[in-house]
Parts: sequence; C-alpha cells; structure tokens
Amino acid sequence: MTPVVDSSPLIEVRDLHFQYEDGTQALEGVNFTLQPGETVALLGANGSGKTTFVLQLNGVLRGQGSITVCGLPLTKQTLPQIRSKIGMVFQDSDEQLFMPTVLDDVAFGPLNQGIPEEEALAKAKSALERAGLAQVANKAPYHLSAGEKKRVALAGVLAMEPEILVLDEPTTFLDPPAERNLLQLLRELPQAKLIVTHNVRLAASLASRAVFFEKGKLVASGPVDEIARRFEWTYSDLPPADLRYSAHRRF
Amino acid sequence: MHHVLLDRWSQGASPLHRRDARAKILTLVVFLVVLATTPADAVAVLATYALLLAAAILIARLPLGSVLLRAMVVLPFSITFAIISWLAGDPWRALALVEKSYLSTVAVLLLAGTTPLPLLLGGLERLGTPRLLVLVAQFLYRYLFVLSEQAQHMRLATACRAGGSSRGRRSSFRAATGTLAVLFARSYERAEGIHRAMQARGFSERFSLLRTARFGTGDGLFLLGVSAFLVLVRLG
Repeated sequence: MTPVVDSSPLIEVRDLHFQYEDGTQALEGVNFTLQPGETVALLGANGSGKTTFVLQLNGVLRGQGSITVCGLPLTKQTLPQIRSKIGMVFQDSDEQLFMPTVLDDVAFGPLNQGIPEEEALAKAKSALERAGLAQVANKAPYHLSAGEKKRVALAGVLAMEPEILVLDEPTTFLDPPAERNLLQLLRELPQAKLIVTHNVRLAASLASRAVFFEKGKLVASGPVDEIARRFEWTYSDLPPADLRYSAHRRF
Repeated sequence: MHHVLLDRWSQGASPLHRRDARAKILTLVVFLVVLATTPADAVAVLATYALLLAAAILIARLPLGSVLLRAMVVLPFSITFAIISWLAGDPWRALALVEKSYLSTVAVLLLAGTTPLPLLLGGLERLGTPRLLVLVAQFLYRYLFVLSEQAQHMRLATACRAGGSSRGRRSSFRAATGTLAVLFARSYERAEGIHRAMQARGFSERFSLLRTARFGTGDGLFLLGVSAFLVLVRLG
C-alpha cells in the first residue's frame, strides 16, 4: 500500500451539521482538512462530537454539509469507494469482531469489496502477518486478549488497503505492553491517520497536529502540546516533583 | 458453562474432529433416521447403536462420562412423554421414547463436540440451510460470550453493593430483573454498534464468507462407511 503523494487533501469537510433523532445537536458547522501523510489527534470532552464526526466521514451517520474523501464527494453512489478508502477501527473491538474466526473477520472487508475469495484470503493473511497475529488466524475472537483483539480489528481494516485510518480511542482496555505494541504498529503504517483519544501521551507520540472539539464545534487546531496546554487537557495539574514531595511528606 | 465446554471439546485433533462438517452432519442425519425407524422392541439393535456412539466418543477423545451426563438434559422431557405412553398402556413405546431421545442427544453432542461451531455452521449452510438462519445462529453464538461476561460483571457488582447481607428473595429477584433489562438495552445498543462496524467495512446486505472447508475422499468414505454400517445393523 502506497500513500497518496499529491498534495490535494485526503479529507475535506465543510460546514458539517448533525442532529441525532432525539434532537441533540452533535455537530455544528465543523470545517476540517486532512492532508496526505498527516496524523491528527481529535481531542475533546466526552460527548463533544468526536466520534459522531468520524462516523460522518464514511457515511455511517449522515449530516448536512459537504464531505470529500480522496477527491470523491460523499454521496450514496460513492459510499462503497469511500468505505474502502477509510479504514475505521472502533473503540469496542467486540463490536468490530463479529465473525466466528479471526481469519473470517479480517477477510470480511475484502470480500465486501468484491475481491475473489482466494485473493481476499491472501490479503487477510498478509494483514494478519503485518499485525503480528498470523498464529491466531483460526481462533475465535472471544479467545483473544484485549490487545490482540485491537490488532485483529486493525488487521481487518488494513486488509482493505485503505488510504486513511480512523482510530476511535485505540488504547481503551489495553495494558501498557499491549499499548506499546499497538503504538509501534501504528507508527510503522504509512497511511494518514485520524485518532480520537483522551490520551494526550498517545496523541503527542503519534500525531503531528491536534484539533479540539467542544459542544459539537471544532474550536481549535494546532500542535498537540499547545492544544493540550490551552485546554488544560492533562490528567494531573501537579508536576512530578510535587507528587514526589507530597508522597514523601505523607509517609 | 455448557457452550464453553463444547467449544473446548470441539478444538480437539482426533480423526473425528478432522472430518469435514458436512460428512458428520449427513452421517448424523442417517443415524437419526435409522434410529427413528428402529422398532421399539429391537433391544439388540439399540444396544449396538449405543456401543457405536460410545466407541465414537472414545475415538474423538471426549470424556465419555461427561458426554453421557450432559445428554441427560433431554430426559425430563422424554420421561414426561414416556409416562404418558406408559399410562396409555404402551410400555415398549415409553421405553423407546426415552432410549431414542437419549441416543439422539448423545449423537448431537458428539457432532457439536467434534466440530467447531464456525465449521458446523459453514457445513449447514453448504448443505442448503438458509443463510439467514445460519447468520442468526452465528451472531447469537458470538455474542453469547460477550453477554454472559457482562451478566457476570453485573452480578458481581450487585453482590458487592448488597454488602453481604441477604435481603430476601424479593430484592434479589428485583435486582435480577433490573440486570436483565440493562442487558437487553445494552444488547440493543451493541447491535447498532455492530451494524455500524459492518457498514464501515463495506457491508451491503449481502454476506460473503470464506469457504475454506474441503470435502475429501476420507470424508466421503467416512459418510458411506458409517451410513452403510448403520443401515446393515438396522435391517439386521
């Protein structure tokens, strides 16, 4: 898989609005551009519209506004092509891995693309190898650890050879070694990436830019640390030295 | 849990495990037909079927006692009908009901215990079972594990909040109904999530599956050999 090399944006979103059926206004006038080779972190509070936004990009949710993916305007007719170009890894791997075996699951996307069975099988096997999981091909998804499930979910979209990867909270439920493995794998993948996350450390290590969502609006865009500082988007307001000091004082 | 145990059994590597699912399913059908048409008083024939099943369980390296014990799940139903037949003055029929239902259950357990469910469902589909039915079974089985895990977590959380005090059956019944309601709502949400994930990977109402199973000469020989043996025993 080679990433697109021309400089026209991979994703272009203009004035996107979306309202859920219960009346919740989830997105209000969002403008966004993703350039080839870019990795962008989507930060923001729970319910600020990050996941709703990424679900618009491949037409799983449909709002008002214009979305162009790899030069294709998002319409009913272009949906199959756009869904081949955007590989989406969901937060809950159990929702993504619904087939009886890992190999079946990874081959699900290529088969939907209309690829012949032999070729789909080869793509599935090579995606599993890429994710370092060739040995679990014939296992059932419920026999895997959280980290393995996440990498199988990633293999499932890699098998479709997408140009853009969208990852929704990729490190949820992962222990530190599994998180490290996933990070390394993501770093090696050439695709442009959109990462929805609360994890600023993850964002800083992968993303070249962050955007910040607030109440359905994209309110800021810039380097990850600058955005994290501006919105106080960290877990602790105490620097490490103060933490050591308070621990020392207590005992 | 029942399905976890069957799942473990089905991962074995015996000669029976290696047979194609279609060969095993068709052999099971032949067995069920032969068994159903065996006269109730043909005790020796029924005993031969039982011995054949026991031998197959041993060849499959499944725990004989455990399989026989688990097959008893059918007895409360068949014994109820057997009692009715007995009272109606047909003791042979009563005995045959119990014997045949029990042997059928052992045979079905043998199939499920030697064939991983994905292969079993794939076999059923390739033998002409409507795809929709196969898919419903496939999704049900896949998410049974997720649901049972969720239920266990919720039961644990309820137990923790009960603080060790038992407030009677009524309150535990209320807690259980609450758990069920939440599980239902979560399953509904999960179904939506799964559908989204399917759409994201290009799903458009038509399911395409890999067909990796191969029906070899060994499978044909197994099907013909066992079926011929069963018919010979039946015709005496």
